[in-house]
Amino acid sequence: MHIPDGFLDPKVWAGAYAVSAGALAAAVARTGKVLEQRQVPTLGVMAAFIFAAQMVNFPVAGGTSGHLLGGALAAVLLGPWSAGLILTTVLVIQMLFFYDGGVTALGANVLNMAVIAPWVAYGVYRAFNPLVKGPVGRNAAIFVAAWLSVVAAALACSLEIALSGTVPLKVVLPAMLGWHAIIGLGEGLLTVVAVAYVARLWGLELPERKLTVGGQPQ
Amino acid sequence: MNNKNLLWGILLALAIAAFLSPFASPSPDGLERVAEDKGFLHLAEGKELLRAWMPDYIFPGVASEGLATALAGVVGTVLVFAAMYLLGRVLVRSKDNAGTRQTRCS
Repeated sequence: MHIPDGFLDPKVWAGAYAVSAGALAAAVARTGKVLEQRQVPTLGVMAAFIFAAQMVNFPVAGGTSGHLLGGALAAVLLGPWSAGLILTTVLVIQMLFFYDGGVTALGANVLNMAVIAPWVAYGVYRAFNPLVKGPVGRNAAIFVAAWLSVVAAALACSLEIALSGTVPLKVVLPAMLGWHAIIGLGEGLLTVVAVAYVARLWGLELPERKLTVGGQPQ
Repeated sequence: MNNKNLLWGILLALAIAAFLSPFASPSPDGLERVAEDKGFLHLAEGKELLRAWMPDYIFPGVASEGLATALAGVVGTVLVFAAMYLLGRVLVRSKDNAGTRQTRCS
């Protein structure tokens, strides 16, 4: 979902830069306060994993592919503030070294994938998790959170493109939501598997209770 | 997360980048597909604002596309880890002045 240069007009990409900068400043302030030195390598590993996973496009349907976005994965395991920094780091490296995502569009890409996706995932997960019981319910909450994070990012992406006057909203929105509703299923599945794997590795039933940094500090 | 788990994590990321990325679907992703179908993909053409080292996740000067992708993936994974690690160190260091935890700088 990386927006290239050319899709957004100056008022939209400049506005997105401003909003993203504000969100990042808050994330920096928050994580700087609650993060500990020993947690820093974990952020690095999560960022590296998300970068690698984003390279592996899986085919969905009709000659279209999708890949893990990772916003939900990072938000569920490490909290939305840390997730924002992780995804932003991934997006900046992708832009600088691979030109995946535009220079002008970086603010919008950060907004969609590093701010909106993790916060939607985190909010949905926190809202649903107390209502469901057992590992199946927990996995269902993670799946829904991950699916919605992708759909919400696609919605924001559509709005930015439409506000830029590139193509009318009634044209871009159904198409974007349709494809990302399918891609989101992959996001849900991969996020459930990845969270279960990490939870087992860490030996924790509820990793977010112990390790969420910048979200719900102990 | 102890050091052993971190090592496994980074090895898993590198393995995905090296061995899975060459087999990634070459089909357009969701946004690209929509841009193609709705006729605005051309807006991105000729608008390149920077010349990246490894455009399209292809390491330059390598004949085999699979190997070029794997190399780009491994280099990118290391770059992302390094960038996030350094950023994290800087952010957390600024807090340590408050004297909450072990510090190396104050």
